[in-house]
Amino acid sequence: MKNNAGMTLIVKTITRLTAGLILIYGIYIVLQGHLSPGGGFAGGVIIALCFVQLMLAFGKEEVLKKLSRKKCIFLAGLAALLFLLLALRGFLGSGNAAFKEGHFKLFSAGLIPFCDIAISILVGTGLFVIFLALVLLTEVEE
Amino acid sequence: MELHLILLFMICASIVAVEVKDLISSIISLGAAGLGLCLAFLILKAPNLAISQLVVEILCVVVLIRATINKDLPLVKDGRWFFNTISTFLFIGFFLISAYFALMELPHFGEPIMKAANEYIANSLAKTGSSNIVTAVTLNFRSYDALAETAVLFAAIIGVLAITRKVGRIHEK
Repeated sequence: MKNNAGMTLIVKTITRLTAGLILIYGIYIVLQGHLSPGGGFAGGVIIALCFVQLMLAFGKEEVLKKLSRKKCIFLAGLAALLFLLLALRGFLGSGNAAFKEGHFKLFSAGLIPFCDIAISILVGTGLFVIFLALVLLTEVEE
Repeated sequence: MELHLILLFMICASIVAVEVKDLISSIISLGAAGLGLCLAFLILKAPNLAISQLVVEILCVVVLIRATINKDLPLVKDGRWFFNTISTFLFIGFFLISAYFALMELPHFGEPIMKAANEYIANSLAKTGSSNIVTAVTLNFRSYDALAETAVLFAAIIGVLAITRKVGRIHEK
């Protein structure tokens, strides 16, 4: 390999194979949160774990090219505002009846999947930012 | 029976995590205790909690290993063991006495009280359309609770970013 950041070649190859699968599994857990066990929090943590694995294997710069720190903070704030907006939607009117088409349709559970998506974005980007901050702090101290 | 075995395993793993000298071994046994908790949730038929516990435990173990690797943190073991032991036994006794009086009021283990939960179990699918009752409760019946939890998590993220930002540490030098 050209750059020596991160771990060895074996870890990098395995990470190339598994990181996409972990990301897809996290998105699946989020989108199936109203039908099967899972939900926004667990799916968000799995999405954060995908980026954490990429960062541990390839080093800091590779991941910050994909998902920079500023973009993470922006996405976390945006997701928090989105969830607040969804809550206001339920507060003002009959919010949950808007997207309810009945069982076995695409929008079967009203606003629950949208809340799940907002929570997952907030948790995923937020936990990744916390991990970045802790790792950068230890590297500065060394 | 399996639940008691898992509880014994978790207690052993926690004792090892407290008593062992090496920090990495301590973190590994902490992860073993978390895995036992995840299995206990599965046996008690709470798969939502099991998934959350598993992924959060993995993230915690990764962060702790990353934070303590290549570090020789000193182990403080001097003095005060008499005071520590006395206070530990005092708190254990206080906890056992108050738990004895509290557990007499509770129903037996495995007999849930079907007063508040009955409504949710009977009507959650018709009212919300969500076949996962836990998600229906947390994001529909108790949605503002989830909103407050999200606000707490957001405040925690802002707090970590404010503590570890670069500007304050440069001014310190």
